Amino acid sequence: MTKKSFRQAINEALRQEMQRDPRVILMGEDVAGGRGGTSGVKDAWGGVLGVTKGLLTEFGEDRVLDTPISEASYIGAAAGAAATGLRPVAELMFVDFVGCCLDQIMNQAAKFRYMFGGKARTPLVIRAMYGAGFNAAAQHSQALYPLFTHIPGLKVVVPSSPYEAKGLLIEAIRDDDPVIFLENKVMYDDEEDVPDDPYTIPFGEANLTREGDDVTIVAFGRMVNFANQAADRLEKDGISCTVIDPRTTSPLDAATILDCVNETGRLVIVDESSPRCNMATDVAALVAEEAFDALKAPIRRVTPPHTPVPFATVLEKLYVPDVEKIEAAVRSVAAYRVKEEA
Amino acid sequence: MGNITPITMPKFGLAMTEGKLASWSVPVGTDISAGQEIADIETSKITNGYESPAAGVLRRQVAPEGEMLPVGALIGVLADTDVPDADIDAFITKFNESFAPEGGGAEASDEPVRKAVTVGDLTISVQESGSSHEGVPVLLIHGFGGDLTNWLLTQPALSDTRHVISFDLPGHGESTKKVGDGSPVTFAETVAGLARELKIPRVHVVGHSLGGAIALELAKAHPDLVASLSLVAPAGLGSDINMAFINGFIEADRRKTLEPVVQCLVHDKSLITRQMLENIIRTKRLDGVVAGLRTIADTCFRDGKQAFPLRSVLETFTGPVQVLWGEADEILSVSGADGLPDAVTVVRYPDTGHMPQLEKAGDVSRALATFLDRAEA
Repeated sequence: MTKKSFRQAINEALRQEMQRDPRVILMGEDVAGGRGGTSGVKDAWGGVLGVTKGLLTEFGEDRVLDTPISEASYIGAAAGAAATGLRPVAELMFVDFVGCCLDQIMNQAAKFRYMFGGKARTPLVIRAMYGAGFNAAAQHSQALYPLFTHIPGLKVVVPSSPYEAKGLLIEAIRDDDPVIFLENKVMYDDEEDVPDDPYTIPFGEANLTREGDDVTIVAFGRMVNFANQAADRLEKDGISCTVIDPRTTSPLDAATILDCVNETGRLVIVDESSPRCNMATDVAALVAEEAFDALKAPIRRVTPPHTPVPFATVLEKLYVPDVEKIEAAVRSVAAYRVKEEA
Repeated sequence: MGNITPITMPKFGLAMTEGKLASWSVPVGTDISAGQEIADIETSKITNGYESPAAGVLRRQVAPEGEMLPVGALIGVLADTDVPDADIDAFITKFNESFAPEGGGAEASDEPVRKAVTVGDLTISVQESGSSHEGVPVLLIHGFGGDLTNWLLTQPALSDTRHVISFDLPGHGESTKKVGDGSPVTFAETVAGLARELKIPRVHVVGHSLGGAIALELAKAHPDLVASLSLVAPAGLGSDINMAFINGFIEADRRKTLEPVVQCLVHDKSLITRQMLENIIRTKRLDGVVAGLRTIADTCFRDGKQAFPLRSVLETFTGPVQVLWGEADEILSVSGADGLPDAVTVVRYPDTGHMPQLEKAGDVSRALATFLDRAEA
């Protein structure tokens, strides 16, 4: 076992699945990279952040397809290819570009199985970068997983570490439904031990990254790491937290969230997406409805403000939830006491 | 300064670089004898009692409970009661000023080496230590669902004076996930092939659980290769097997469902840590692992019984044999050690489950070392 970055873990998952199954193909803007330039080098980039580098050389132009800058056309083509027997992994580059191809995802790929009476399969994976903190401004920094979670027929994956990314991406490629796989662009250089062999992590199965008695923290994607850091700090002050990484927002492991809230009675949700109709509101509603009696304090949500992601570095830093904000939220629910009735 | 003995963070297993002082077992001021358990040390793989290397009064607990420290760091101080506090403070200061965690400096050439060895169409993950030592090497064979880290306390204890080899069986750890028919006969042939590749003509074999049955098959098929047999809670000597454990181990896919299953392996249930469970779950997620375990179980434990009776091997094998077994073994009953030929040394450990090499690590390592010395005398 060796340490691998988030980027390497994703590259390795793609490579191993392409080796295992000839139906797996890649397509997207610059996934090969460098094509059309004058250098003669076709494999110069491997995607804008180098995630697919080396795959063109290994698998050739029939399986690693650079597409025109037209999301509507290649996402539509990928959906069709999936419905007719291939297993495409299409890269949307920045998830913010989904506006150009939402019909292909929302009205086509997501609906095939349902509208063809269960006779169609759509083993399509759409990879995309999300998240603020990269100084990429409002059109390249959003965390749009709630948008996809809202659409029945899609599975939505938000991996929180290199180990998680490899296992969840292989699971996504082997899944027969359309899967949206979202990579936080700030995490590509994060490293941890990742097995060399292929492995899968099932969807809809949350991971408890910390186990404690006082407060439950549900966090998504990059926020899991922040929640862990907050939990470790709070542990020193005698506040022990359970941290839940749901791994997938759809399907959502509601049972694990409810079990933990029933044990701790206090809940903080950390979500990097815009605060209205996001995963934090979704989980808060779930718990208010199904675990009301267990709650000993109001549910707290740690999210960005309801604004576009600022470009100014100072403002962007203020925008993203951080360890301090999570810590403050946990302290407030831990200290909360229900008022005695008069 | 008077007679002051530093107590430092021990190295459990070859891969350990740091450990957490989980709890002190004795308060400051206790008169400690050598070998007495003084603290619980937690690593990424195991929590284990730490036995004092020397005698004396525990004058200081330098490391607070919960502190993570590199191997070799000062955790406590032993000294006689007449040593002044000032001397102890000076000793601690001096120790910490000169302490440098390992890894930075040049290490001896006897560092454990992890390597991949090709045996037929399989890649076997091997860990060798003490390879500069002459003499017959020691080969450690783990059991069903395990891997070479099952020996993490045994291998370093033996490799001070011996060349010790542990490895992952096919379908386990980092070796190729192909188990063939999953029988001890097939595994024994892979082990013989591994010895050929490593150019080892003769070896002391230590086998745990299913690895014990594999060791017996190896002694049967290749008696010239096997210098001695040490069988730790081995399969092959009885007929019963805890199928609830076997099936539970194969089926459990979350830490929560795996925990009660893995707890069957030990008498002291608190030894099973969250990290151990996570490591097992991660291995089981690898392509081919669960299918391989199922094949092994179907072949070795057909109809809920052990399918490979190997007691007769002990009648014909001419080398020394010892059997080590925990009396509280919930997987393979210790009654398997009853009625063996007189020449077989049998050691039974009270209050010990199926993994004496973890639960009674010091005792097992000493028993193995003594046995191997005698075998060569």
